[in-house]
Amino acid sequence: MPPLAIRLHGVRKTYGALVAVDGLDLVVPEGTCVGLLGPNGAGKSTTMRMLTAQAIPDAGEIEVLGHRLPGQSKSARALMGVVPQLDKLDTTLTVEQNLVVFTHLYRIRRTERRAAVERALGIANLADRRDTRVDKLSGGMRRRLLIARALVHRPRLVLMDEPTVGLDPQVRQEIWALIDALRSEGVSILMSTHYIEEAERLADTVTVMSHGRAVAAGVPDVLIAEHCGAEAVEVYGPPARLAEVEAGAQAIGLRTRRTGTSVALLRLQDATGPVPPGERRPANLEDVFVLLTGEEIT
Amino acid sequence: MTTAPPPGPRLHRLERSAVMGVLVREVINFSSYWRSVTVSSTVEPTIYLLAFGFGFGSLVAKVQGLDYVEFVGTGTVATAVMFASVFTTMFGTFVKREYQRTYDAILAAPVDTEELVTGEVLWVAARAGVYGTAPLVVAMLFGLDPSWGMLAVPPIGFITGFGWASFGVLIAAILKSIDHFSYVTSIVITPVFLVAGTYFPLDGLPEWAQVAGHFNPLYHCVQLVRHAAFGWHGWTDAGHVGALLVFGAVMWRLAIWRSRERLID
Repeated sequence: MPPLAIRLHGVRKTYGALVAVDGLDLVVPEGTCVGLLGPNGAGKSTTMRMLTAQAIPDAGEIEVLGHRLPGQSKSARALMGVVPQLDKLDTTLTVEQNLVVFTHLYRIRRTERRAAVERALGIANLADRRDTRVDKLSGGMRRRLLIARALVHRPRLVLMDEPTVGLDPQVRQEIWALIDALRSEGVSILMSTHYIEEAERLADTVTVMSHGRAVAAGVPDVLIAEHCGAEAVEVYGPPARLAEVEAGAQAIGLRTRRTGTSVALLRLQDATGPVPPGERRPANLEDVFVLLTGEEIT
Repeated sequence: MTTAPPPGPRLHRLERSAVMGVLVREVINFSSYWRSVTVSSTVEPTIYLLAFGFGFGSLVAKVQGLDYVEFVGTGTVATAVMFASVFTTMFGTFVKREYQRTYDAILAAPVDTEELVTGEVLWVAARAGVYGTAPLVVAMLFGLDPSWGMLAVPPIGFITGFGWASFGVLIAAILKSIDHFSYVTSIVITPVFLVAGTYFPLDGLPEWAQVAGHFNPLYHCVQLVRHAAFGWHGWTDAGHVGALLVFGAVMWRLAIWRSRERLID
């Protein structure tokens, strides 16, 4: 197993009576992309904040690139880049000025700053927009600039908090291509998301979070096979019919997942009787998530 | 299993490069709004100078042996410094923290709260030191004689501005709503700038007010600027500098402490 870029062990974080993260164990091997999957309120953003020491855990151990947090967080932050969920750019500055600011904050040597900015502009495909003020950029360009800003110092680890939330499908594809290129360069990535497709496409392994805990972790295909089997049967119909199908399926040992217009029957290999007829489809990560957390991903 | 070994030297507290990073960000941002700030930071104290200088100046011939315009012209420097520092940081840091979320982005880089606050305060103090000279320049147009000692006014403004900028950061970190800033303006800022010896000497006030005035950092700034313009007073001025340094140091540490509480969960 490669060395770890991130190791969390038994991490707990509370805000008054609210337990945001509850005994979280998480590892990110170097050079891999780990997807942190969970609904709103699962503790993903708090976990991200703890990894930059903007939130201090009440208990547990956090280690990032060999540095213990929170004590050595500044040294760890020098080696990582962060793509926040909210945009947090200086909107009255140009694209290039935003990057120049971060070359200073990341202590890039004077002689290397120009090249670092050019490289980041190239990665994010924003070279022709270098002189554009940020408040004149589209949402997709701003997100690309956030990624460029996080990469300006060639980090070994990138934290991405919901990198494509709120973007249209075409822009999302562009961001995915960018993340994929990073991954292939060997940069370690921890990416929180609530988009199943994003996790399936980009993550080497996923950790499913619910109520502050990791409820499952592994390679997506393995998790799907382990928790849902190879196939699912989707049955459509009026609510009364779906309730009837659901009860019948559970009686023969199947797990079920209810959505608005259908019920999905999972773990077909466990059936002790005939499986109700319906549309067969491959089981997916969303099935795993809903099965483990009882929550639909929106 | 542990994570990969650290590749380089560990970073420490209050590093120059981190403070410089924060300063560079401020300087680059300043290039996009310097005009409006320059107007507001110089016009307001100049209006005070003209209103008091020529309004009261027509009623009062001399104060402490100085023409009233000279008295007010030098005193208003302190007001300009305070306004340029305390309001900038009070509103500026609150907006950057709560609305623009700028500090979240900076603190995700290798910069800690101590360096962030220090960089912000140094920058605003430097601005205050420069803008604080505006009333002096205007007073010169109306008869104030230039002197070599006036070259000390920007550094005096810087030291004073450092303390007031830190005070502004502290207030922004304590208060939860921007609406509550009006309490601070009414209860703290206004009395401080009125009872600093800017527009009238403290000698004429009741004894308790005179004593209280000596605890007013702005009073020490006013005295230093007057002495820079009209003649130094030796150890007395060293005492004024000391008072401003203590005020700055205390406010700086308090600002860091409260900002850390506010920014780090």
